[in-house]
Amino acid sequence: MSATIQADPAGPAGSASGLSLRRPFGDRAFQVTALVSGLLVLAILVLIAVTMSQQSTTWFTTEGWSGIFSVDWDPAHGKFGAMSFVYGTVVVSLIAIIIAYPVSMGVALLLNEVVPRRWAQPIVYAIDLLAVVPSVVWGLWGFAVLIPWLQTTIYPHVASAVNGIWILGNLFGFLNGNYVSGASFFTAGVILAIMITPIVTSVSREVIATVPAADKEGAYALGATRWEMIRGVVWPHSQTGIVGATLLGLGRAMGETIVVALVMGSAPVITSHLFTPGYAMPGVIANQFGEATVGVFRAALIGMGVLLFLLTIIINLSARAIVGRNARRMRGAA
Amino acid sequence: MAVTAAGRPAVDLGEPGGWRRAKNRLAVGAMWFAFLCMLVPLGFVLAGVIIKGASVITWQFLTSSTIPPNVLPANIGGMGPAVVGTLEITAFAAVIAIPLGVLGAVYLNEYGGNRPLARLISFMSDVMTGVPSIVMGLFIFTVWVIPHGLTGYSGMAGSFALACLMLPIVIRSSYEMLRLVPDSLREGSYALGATKARVTLTVVLPAAAGGIVSGALLAVARAAGETAPLLFTIGFALTTNANLFSGANTALSTQIFDNVLQPYTGAVDRGWGAALTLIVIAFIFMLAARIVTARFARYSR
Repeated sequence: MSATIQADPAGPAGSASGLSLRRPFGDRAFQVTALVSGLLVLAILVLIAVTMSQQSTTWFTTEGWSGIFSVDWDPAHGKFGAMSFVYGTVVVSLIAIIIAYPVSMGVALLLNEVVPRRWAQPIVYAIDLLAVVPSVVWGLWGFAVLIPWLQTTIYPHVASAVNGIWILGNLFGFLNGNYVSGASFFTAGVILAIMITPIVTSVSREVIATVPAADKEGAYALGATRWEMIRGVVWPHSQTGIVGATLLGLGRAMGETIVVALVMGSAPVITSHLFTPGYAMPGVIANQFGEATVGVFRAALIGMGVLLFLLTIIINLSARAIVGRNARRMRGAA
Repeated sequence: MAVTAAGRPAVDLGEPGGWRRAKNRLAVGAMWFAFLCMLVPLGFVLAGVIIKGASVITWQFLTSSTIPPNVLPANIGGMGPAVVGTLEITAFAAVIAIPLGVLGAVYLNEYGGNRPLARLISFMSDVMTGVPSIVMGLFIFTVWVIPHGLTGYSGMAGSFALACLMLPIVIRSSYEMLRLVPDSLREGSYALGATKARVTLTVVLPAAAGGIVSGALLAVARAAGETAPLLFTIGFALTTNANLFSGANTALSTQIFDNVLQPYTGAVDRGWGAALTLIVIAFIFMLAARIVTARFARYSR
């Protein structure tokens, strides 16, 4: 009987046993229902790509490639160039990942290699708590509390300290002599960093947990300190997986809407000065969709949704492929 | 290497000294500092929301049936319509997404096995968790709101968008739980002559129920706080609309988003009150998930 089960997993009470000749209708219906639910995932992804592309075709046909990737965004005069929003999205998510990466690595290593299991649980609670704070609450707090504080007590001092210094002055210095703003690329990047830290931490933690215990014990047996063990064993083992975790965080940061809609200053410009206002794709969609009732305006905003979708899909595909490959390799090694 | 009188090499079993020890301490210190960097903003945002929100919240704030004009101070009216909206929209999204997600996971683990189709669905549902929530909102806008015109804006459209967001999360967490159910349970039931559907429904799913419920609750907690999927789907309303299926609706998250930029202190204060209410709702779901997980762990041990 058990051999029959393994030979025919779809029909365990199968005909070979002679107990029943065909599977009852309910059994087959259940299988089909389950299959359809699974296929729904693929259907939704395809539908997103197809229907949203359809709705944005007028943007592509009226503006053309050069129009879409121009910096000229002026809906009142029919100019719908998305370049400054693409720039804003890329800059803000890079700032977020540069800040979130070391913090997440530190917390993930702390959880796996330093604190005993008993103490790890409260730290995990804190991470979960951080993950469940809604994005609009971060937006509210950023707008009402963080922006005024940064604008008056932090940014002017940093800017005057680095002003005129090569590169640093271009990134963190004053614009036009004395201008910095609390609502800026950098503020949005910092809040996004806080928001993506939980996911980068938890994926990195899973990756680090696959490092074989025997390898770690071997390093300790050779007299390595904890840090030398991490450098020599944990790091080479989990490098690719952590790249995947970082990419996942980058994808999250790119798609986060409310924070970039509220704290970035909503100015469609391309500038190297991170303490000045910018604009990101999800932000402009959220802020201007209400005014964009018909025509090319709405097509352009939906089109930016398509760009965002494609961008995050590509990043997530590669991230998942990397994390998955790492997990398989580790299973082989262990 | 120095050799002792007995002829064996001398091994230094003490702590590594000097620079190596300092480097190790520095590294561990940096890890604790990273944790502190994570904790500080969490503390600030929670403290800010509790201090500013608690002064606004009263019974009337949570239950009033109209959201007053922005110019009025925070002690008049409240966010009742948004509380009702958030609860009903999230609940209906859960009703759609949780059964479909669990069934999808059943397909992946019980029927799909290692088939290419199952591997593809599993991989793509992971990828789908990374699709930005604003894209889900735009998607429901294009497939539901545009064809229906002005009547397309409703709580139900918002629920659809949230359900799209929850579906892959529920699939992933349920799948992980189904994988933990030992095969001996399945084989025992097959030996009694049960069909596959019966085994799945009466043996496998109950065995994994705790984990599935806690995963679903976490998905609900995340969906309840979402703003972007609702912006283009539920329309705009200032009075309580208990009818999910027709008429514009409102939600706490979208109300906060609207109120943040208002120049009136009354509106902004109502925003803080709504933020505290929303955080409490999300935390309740998260706490419920924790309790279910703890119960389940004890049961399975």
